[in-house]
Amino acid sequence: MHPIRKKRLTIVLFLLAGIAVAVGLTTYALRQNINLFYDPSQIAAGDAPLDVRIRAGGMVEEGSVQRDPESLKVEFRVTDFNSSVLVEYTGILPDLFAEGQGVVAMGRLNASGRFVADQVLAKHDENYMPPEVAEALERASAGTHKAGDSGGPETAY
Amino acid sequence: MWQLFHKLGSPKWFFGIANRLMPWLLLGGVALLFAGLIWGLAFAPQDYLQGNSYRIIFIHVPSAFLAQSVYIMMAVAAAVTLVWRMKLADVFVKSVAPVGAVLTFLALFTGAVWGKPTWGTWWIWDARLTSMLILLFLYFGVIALGAAISDEKSSARAVAVLVLVGVVNIPIIKYSVEWWNTLHQPATFKLTEKPSMPAEMWVPLLLSVLGLYLIFGWFACLRMQTEILIRERRTRWVKELVLAGRS
Repeated sequence: MHPIRKKRLTIVLFLLAGIAVAVGLTTYALRQNINLFYDPSQIAAGDAPLDVRIRAGGMVEEGSVQRDPESLKVEFRVTDFNSSVLVEYTGILPDLFAEGQGVVAMGRLNASGRFVADQVLAKHDENYMPPEVAEALERASAGTHKAGDSGGPETAY
Repeated sequence: MWQLFHKLGSPKWFFGIANRLMPWLLLGGVALLFAGLIWGLAFAPQDYLQGNSYRIIFIHVPSAFLAQSVYIMMAVAAAVTLVWRMKLADVFVKSVAPVGAVLTFLALFTGAVWGKPTWGTWWIWDARLTSMLILLFLYFGVIALGAAISDEKSSARAVAVLVLVGVVNIPIIKYSVEWWNTLHQPATFKLTEKPSMPAEMWVPLLLSVLGLYLIFGWFACLRMQTEILIRERRTRWVKELVLAGRS
């Protein structure tokens, strides 16, 4: 290769490496701001600020959804299979909301550790399958797991 | 190898090659895209959770995928512009930037349409959506900068630097769903693992992605040919070509 071109190529590579490092350090420093939500472990560890609008995300714990028969109030626990946080919400939930599904709730964490949400969004996972397959999986896992076993993320279809 | 590389730098040579390639690209692209979309939209099974609304994936994923790979191609061309000062590389960058912008917009738009019924919101400032929006602005920046500088050489260099600076956004888009907590789900397709989707869903998706690639190839050739004709309008071969076309 021509020496001038070689020199230009080196400059281009340095430019790229420099920008990559700069952007990498910036996003690393801002990682907590880039994270869309706190997971229940972070909230349990006290990383999430109290009484500030934040988002909490995780799986809706199996068997934890309690609906108030008089109003639209719903209470459920959001878990990451290590810790869980109690969420209360008044309003209409998205169609995909169900036990064992991922959600992201926006609201405030109060002093008693309750998360008072004013918006609940459903988080879809990367798995797609036809309904028949889902039913078959459900039947298979009902056969192998004891009732009440919430399972790991891979069995929480 | 190097010979082919240097030949590629000749606009006239490229013009001829593009002429021969374009019918095949268009034919293959339309066939694959039609097959993929009809299969995906009408015959693929429903999703167990989302029902039919997941079918937007057959448009969302190909456009998002291509929006990013067009940018990577532009970045390679930008490096060629800076190192080898090849005119054709700049022609490529300027010709495909608007196409990339349209694809990015399509990805964002279809994502919003899907997000409303699935997540419950049109838009959220999570890392994936935001970095994709930045990609759209990068495309706008490239188009605007290219149009703002009238001198061909300095415009080529300025645009190339901008494209190269912006390329760091691509890994951020790709890995945003792994590095940070996002509302957007992680990738269904990974290079090392089986897709978390049955074959009757991913095969049509793959067909539409390939089809869109070929159609992009056709459209890029067409736009590059136009750009070449404009830039080389004073050369003899273009004049001869135009005269031959008239008679």
